[in-house]
Amino acid sequence: MRTLTLTLAATAIAIALAAPAGADERYPPVSDPLTKKECGECHMAFQPAFLPARSWDRIMKTLSDHFGEDASLPADKTEAIRKYLTANAADKLWRSKMMRGVRKDWTPLRITELPRWKHEHDKEVSPRRWKDPKVGSKANCLACHRHAEKGYYDDD
Amino acid sequence: MIKTILASVTWRDAAVFGAMAMAIAAFAAQNARAASPQDMLKKFQAEAQKAGDFPAGGFSAKRGKAFFLARHAGGKPATPSCTTCHTDSPLKAGKTRTGKVIQPMAISRTPDRYSDPEKVAKWFRRNCKSVLGRECTPREKGDFLAYMLSQ
Ligand code: HEC
Repeated sequence: MRTLTLTLAATAIAIALAAPAGADERYPPVSDPLTKKECGECHMAFQPAFLPARSWDRIMKTLSDHFGEDASLPADKTEAIRKYLTANAADKLWRSKMMRGVRKDWTPLRITELPRWKHEHDKEVSPRRWKDPKVGSKANCLACHRHAEKGYYDDD
Repeated sequence: MIKTILASVTWRDAAVFGAMAMAIAAFAAQNARAASPQDMLKKFQAEAQKAGDFPAGGFSAKRGKAFFLARHAGGKPATPSCTTCHTDSPLKAGKTRTGKVIQPMAISRTPDRYSDPEKVAKWFRRNCKSVLGRECTPREKGDFLAYMLSQ
């Protein structure tokens, strides 16, 4: 019985530590070196937990027209990155907030079109700030979230 | 026979052998990306000659500049020119469409450029397809590189 209580207590502490208050906006950083390098050359390598697996799948299959640019890679690299992104996607996590309001028959291609992203930015960020040349694009997380690459987005 | 050989292998031999193996591995790893910008020029020259498109006067920085500054047709609407991202001066830092800084393209400003054949090939392929809607010819690549090396 005592062991059980101790185990329960230890588990509770572990859970509390893993999800501290304000851990709302913590997304595991990109851990795969190839993904970090190849997806990080034109923009920050976005965390896989920002989109469902079907979205990453579509993105990795259409790299030669990637939001109006050719971002193609050799087939082996494309497949390795696709595997990593889909395995760690938003819908592979338990009750991801990014999946809120994302219907099953919708394959979003932009993180910025997700209801969760809009909810966090639309009221809080004025149009004037978006036009700041230092921001330049809604894909430039690092302009405001200095620790975005580590997965912290609370610092706004 | 084998026994005697093994018996004569000392720790020192093993250490020397290990060090040699490591040196060879390090050399091989470095060699995989080691090429100078001059090597890249030679490669484009060989390719241009093979295609019967190597100009008599060699690659030209002047033509490279015109190519760099030109607005091309046939590419994707958001990227009509190399200058869209690299600015109109190779000496200045550029920016991707998502706001990430690109170090200047001139070799004098960013000396580690044009020395990794895989990187050079990847970006010529992508950027030429975005801007021109096709791959660049070896001659276009050679002229572009000649311009960046002259800056
Ligand atoms: C959409 C933005 C964009 C456009 C347009 C663009 N580039 Fe780039 N280019 C980049 C980025 C990003 C890199 C990689 C970052 C770096 O090397 O600093 C790059 C790298 C390169 C490299 C590799 C340099 C090296 O260090 O080896 C070459 C070569 C190059 N570009 C040529 C061109 C040419 C030629 C054009 C026009 C036909 C062009 N680029 C248009 C964004 C662009």
